[in-house]
Amino acid sequence: MPETAVMTSEEIFNRLRDVLEEALGVDDDEITLEASLTGDLEAESIDFLDIVFRLEKSFSTPDKPFKIGQGELFPENLMENPEWVDDNKFTDAGMDMLKERMPHVDFSNFQTNREVEKVAELITVKSIVEFVERKLAAS
Amino acid sequence: MRWMWIDEITDFQPNQRMVAIKNIKADEEYLRDHFPDEPIYPASLMIEGMAQTAGILVGSINRFKEKVVLAKVLKAIFDCEVFPGQTIRFDAQLERMDDQGASTTGIVQRQISTDSEWETIGRIDLMFSHLDQNRAGLEFPEENFVFADNFKEILKQAGLENLADT
Repeated sequence: MPETAVMTSEEIFNRLRDVLEEALGVDDDEITLEASLTGDLEAESIDFLDIVFRLEKSFSTPDKPFKIGQGELFPENLMENPEWVDDNKFTDAGMDMLKERMPHVDFSNFQTNREVEKVAELITVKSIVEFVERKLAAS
Repeated sequence: MRWMWIDEITDFQPNQRMVAIKNIKADEEYLRDHFPDEPIYPASLMIEGMAQTAGILVGSINRFKEKVVLAKVLKAIFDCEVFPGQTIRFDAQLERMDDQGASTTGIVQRQISTDSEWETIGRIDLMFSHLDQNRAGLEFPEENFVFADNFKEILKQAGLENLADT
């Protein structure tokens, strides 16, 4: 098993696939880089916490714990600031906040939609691979 | 109110492990239907017994201030059936916890003789959510309806009443 610090995207993806298979009970052929967690893999709210716990376990090494902060991977409390949301859609300030808090997510197709309820659908398998890559590189 | 599916806490290591037993009595009402003329202890009640044992362990960490609810059954595997007259125990270990919730691993064991020998007959891993920290931001009553009086009675019997503030 490779050291986590030098893992390639493919190695991260392979390990993430095991995590998602276990957490969501889906078949490995359903887990593509483009698959959306809530849209395609039918992840529910509690599954996100399960995935976070499993990622921490899967990518931690005895001398380097892999710790994910609350709200770091998946967005939370997005309605808490009225400057971010207006009529259930993200404002310009809200979009800036999302991009800053979630650099691992591709928002390019979300500029026109902006619906709060749809933001979870943007989290794909690829987003999580990128999230893990960034965290491992920064550690 | 919630029904209790554990009789007694028999071991407790703070923040790590809790063990509880359940004696399955022949006159327990649901056994008449599960199944007629062939009573078998329901696997769903073993999951609930583990959830109560592990839930008390998780709740004890914050002195039962959080509303700890079972959110997901990560794994439930049973090797054999359990019958009236037998005693089982739930051995729950804390795996991971943060503000939002916790995960636990656990084994179910059955007493095979009166001199305290046990065999493992199941494995149940669970995930708990702290209800007031839910991702949807929903609000719940202030009163802790999860850890009600019957939980406190179980703690008291085990001499653990000092784990709770109220």
